[in-house]
Amino acid sequence: MTAKHALRFGALGYLALLLLLPVGLVFYRTFEHGFHPAWAAVTNPQAQHALWLTLIIAAIAVPANTLFGVVLAIALVRHRFPGRGLVNAVVDLPLALSPVVVGLALYLLYGTGGWLGGLAGHGIKILFALPGMTLATIFVSLPFVVREVVPVLREIGTDQEQAAETLGAAPFTTFRRITLPAIRWAVGYGVVLTTARAIGEFGAVSIVSGRIEGKTETLPLYVQSQFEGFNTTGAFAACVVLALIALATVLAMRMFRPNDASLAMPFGGRGGSAGTAVLTRFGRRKGYGAESNVVKEEA
Amino acid sequence: MATSAAVPVSRPGAVLGRAGGGLARGIAVGYLSLIVLVPLAALVWSSRSQGLHTFWHEVTKPEASSALKLTLGVSVLVAAFNAVTGTAIAWVLVRDSFPGKGIVNAVIDLPFALPTVVAGLVLLELYGPSSPFGVDVAFQRTGLVLALLFVTLPFVVRAVQPVLLELDREMEEAAESLGAGRLAVFRRIVFPNLLPAILSGVALAFARAVGEFGSVVLISGNIPFKTEVSSVYIAGQIESGNPAGAAAVSVLLLLISLGVLLAIGAFRHWRTRHDR
Repeated sequence: MTAKHALRFGALGYLALLLLLPVGLVFYRTFEHGFHPAWAAVTNPQAQHALWLTLIIAAIAVPANTLFGVVLAIALVRHRFPGRGLVNAVVDLPLALSPVVVGLALYLLYGTGGWLGGLAGHGIKILFALPGMTLATIFVSLPFVVREVVPVLREIGTDQEQAAETLGAAPFTTFRRITLPAIRWAVGYGVVLTTARAIGEFGAVSIVSGRIEGKTETLPLYVQSQFEGFNTTGAFAACVVLALIALATVLAMRMFRPNDASLAMPFGGRGGSAGTAVLTRFGRRKGYGAESNVVKEEA
Repeated sequence: MATSAAVPVSRPGAVLGRAGGGLARGIAVGYLSLIVLVPLAALVWSSRSQGLHTFWHEVTKPEASSALKLTLGVSVLVAAFNAVTGTAIAWVLVRDSFPGKGIVNAVIDLPFALPTVVAGLVLLELYGPSSPFGVDVAFQRTGLVLALLFVTLPFVVRAVQPVLLELDREMEEAAESLGAGRLAVFRRIVFPNLLPAILSGVALAFARAVGEFGSVVLISGNIPFKTEVSSVYIAGQIESGNPAGAAAVSVLLLLISLGVLLAIGAFRHWRTRHDR
């Protein structure tokens, strides 16, 4: 069994050296001289402003991408229209595209001489202001809700939606009573991923924001500016805040999808409509967890 | 018969009603255009408007082409390395069992959730000038590779894991009972089954590595001809007031991203040809 153990320790050692030790060390360095300096570093006005700005941008980008993500997913799965293949490809693009390229594209569109550069002359400031940073964040976090909802919509099929329609339900009622309950966990998972990406976005926002300290500086940008200004305590403290948000995200991801029985449990517990049964089936097929069988037996 | 004719017969494509369908489609295409397509069109337009000559001149500038070569080189290296480590980690997570496996499984998602600049900073702290281990890879290509390995870690693991989980053990047992060694079972049975998943994970990791910015900006030091990758070069060109140069290289990166996505799509299409 030595080969097995070698593989195990190799994999775990790699993860420790690459992920856990670096993150752990920054936590240690932040609180090395006690809790107080770290607390003072995150509560100074510039850091507070950066945190608020980050949260405001996320508060706009996440609902926008959730709402339009669901509509996009429905359009992609339930409708055939010319250019559908193109739309499908474009939805994935932000996942594969450099954030710097995203930033530059917005910079060229809304900048002086750009197609929409004239907006600035009419008092609508997009670049180096909140709207531009929000647009950049929406761009990079666009695919997550769509990508989570599409497979669920495909899996549940149209039988129940058709039945509801036959029984006289209006399209919106069908959506609210049949489709939405079936996709809500996928939407939730997508929202978690979107939030993490929106809060952490650096490259695209750094280009369209102009990085004006105390004005257009989000928390990730603040980390960089403090580190480059040799205020490592400030940089580390902000890092810890962002890392805690990331850890919460990972926990939320596990909560939504702890293993392949994950979707089955919350669904089985509530309601028990026909839609949940279908999703239970889906839930068993998807997900990564290795201890699924154990959990299933317990459930 | 009259009643059944009165009930609208739905095609699968018109479930949410014809009007609702048109609306959903219109909103979807409109949103996507506003957010994604128009800015990218502006990018391509501005790189084209100066003419193909300027485009070529900007792309073949020594600093730009050196950054591009470095980007592609390290990305291939990182993607290949991930193919091996990602598969090994997925294997350990599925086939091995040890206490704390659930935590390890959760930790894999950390690079997806952690802001890239934080990733760069934590690596710099452990493997930089103030390293407690005494290893200093800051401002070197090794540091660049390390940052890219961090951010691309989950792709292959998360692609391989579900496939390995669903893989039928009977095939392996049959091979073993016929006298195949452990390595032969892996090479002839497991590996061919995992290969499509490994390849799609590797392709995503490659695309991510090509475009990565936040995590490399602190650790690589951005030294031209040595550690400057294309994304950092683009940011530098914008700051120094040469948007034409930035746009030219950006269009190349855009083409690479599109190419990777098309390749993954085509590969998936080919792989599922028997299901259709």
